[in-house]
Amino acid sequence: MPILEVRDITKSFGRTEVLRGISFSLERGQALAIIGSSGSGKTTLLRCLNFLETPDTGTISVNGETLFDAASHAALSDAEIRRSRLHFGMVFQSFNLFPQYTALENVMLARELLAKGQPDYKTNKKRIHEEIEAEARALLDKMSLSNRAGNYPHQLSGGQQQRVAIARALALQPDILCFDEPTSALDPELTGEVLAVIRELADQHMTMVIVTHEMAFAHDVADRVIFMDEGVIAEEGAPDEVFSDQAGERIRLFLSRFNQNGGS
Amino acid sequence: MFWSVTLSLLQGFGKSIELFALTLLFALPLGLIVSFGSMSRFPPLRVLTNLVVWVIRGTPLMLQLLIIFYGPGLLWGGSLLPRFTAALIGFVINYACYFSEIFRGGIQSIPRGQYEAGQVLGMTKTQIFFRVTLLQVIKRVIPPLGNETITLIKDTALARVISVYEIIWNGQAYIKSAGIIWPLFYTAVFYLVFNGLLTILFGYLERRLDYFK
Repeated sequence: MPILEVRDITKSFGRTEVLRGISFSLERGQALAIIGSSGSGKTTLLRCLNFLETPDTGTISVNGETLFDAASHAALSDAEIRRSRLHFGMVFQSFNLFPQYTALENVMLARELLAKGQPDYKTNKKRIHEEIEAEARALLDKMSLSNRAGNYPHQLSGGQQQRVAIARALALQPDILCFDEPTSALDPELTGEVLAVIRELADQHMTMVIVTHEMAFAHDVADRVIFMDEGVIAEEGAPDEVFSDQAGERIRLFLSRFNQNGGS
Repeated sequence: MFWSVTLSLLQGFGKSIELFALTLLFALPLGLIVSFGSMSRFPPLRVLTNLVVWVIRGTPLMLQLLIIFYGPGLLWGGSLLPRFTAALIGFVINYACYFSEIFRGGIQSIPRGQYEAGQVLGMTKTQIFFRVTLLQVIKRVIPPLGNETITLIKDTALARVISVYEIIWNGQAYIKSAGIIWPLFYTAVFYLVFNGLLTILFGYLERRLDYFK
């Protein structure tokens, strides 16, 4: 059974149809790269998965459980949406770390707030806090940031901030981790450290959906690639197929334009 | 003479400070509520709020004080509000409207990404407001609030149009009673000292929030 199943998602903003019927599924432990030109709907698709946008039609299921069904969406309460969101982690292009918290506090905050809702929180406050902190430190360690735990976001480089953001998303142990152009806001010399972290997660079989403009990276790391064009999936398959000369005309055109413009 | 003038002015300034402090106490929370109204997704509430803010910011505070003090009596007869209460109501409404615009600016300047980051981390709206955005808003509104606060202590002098015996009133009284004008000029010292202290306080608050950007 696929871990993620997306069926017939459409989304319009006013008269602009951004997504025109998107369906795909993803197996546990796979990394899916979504490529395509700006305005093709990649980011909107990712935002739909995280319930930051509400699709007009379609369904989203995780582990066979239907989290979203446009036909009955009005019935979802805020609490249900929040619970559904926890299946997904999200790493933004612009990091969106909380500036008033240290790296460690950024990673811990959401876990702490969730723990507060549990019935045994008051009696085991100290132990729970220590557990959360230990896990957060381990995550920062995994991101090679253990010496930065006490720094505030503005004291970190872009690459470091993005790695804190990845740790923050992992802290909630999502089933699927989504990346929205995670290196697009970074100086070229900093993209490598973030891509290395994502590559490592792929090696550990983290299920991921990665919207990216890093074609070489997508080819290299993804198990599957989706090429989006004007709101539909124009090409889909293993990286070697999608990036091959036998692929469809639209993606070959996109890739050739991409290479001309100095993309990697 | 100097000491008796100083004492009388101090007494008047006590009234000014009382008006100042009570105005802040009520106008700050009211301003936050008004700012929510002006950002409401319910158009009638938003339009109504913006209309009120327009009227209050678009007319002189002195007139508003006169209207609040004399208006009810002219319309419905009966006794007038106590002078200080009328002044306080006028100041609270007026400053709440100015504060609301400061808060609105502060809240709207928080990048969308901050809310979205909170949302995808499963936080509730209340958690996002208190744990993510509030401190960032406070950091942004402190400089303009400092400005308004300094204006407020000077504006309290307007309360004398409805005979609230604040410091300028007491200083002016010496012109008639003793034929001297220097007590009126002397009142400036009290405002200056007070605003010096306010400037130091707001500088301190700004530095306290300097640890993040």
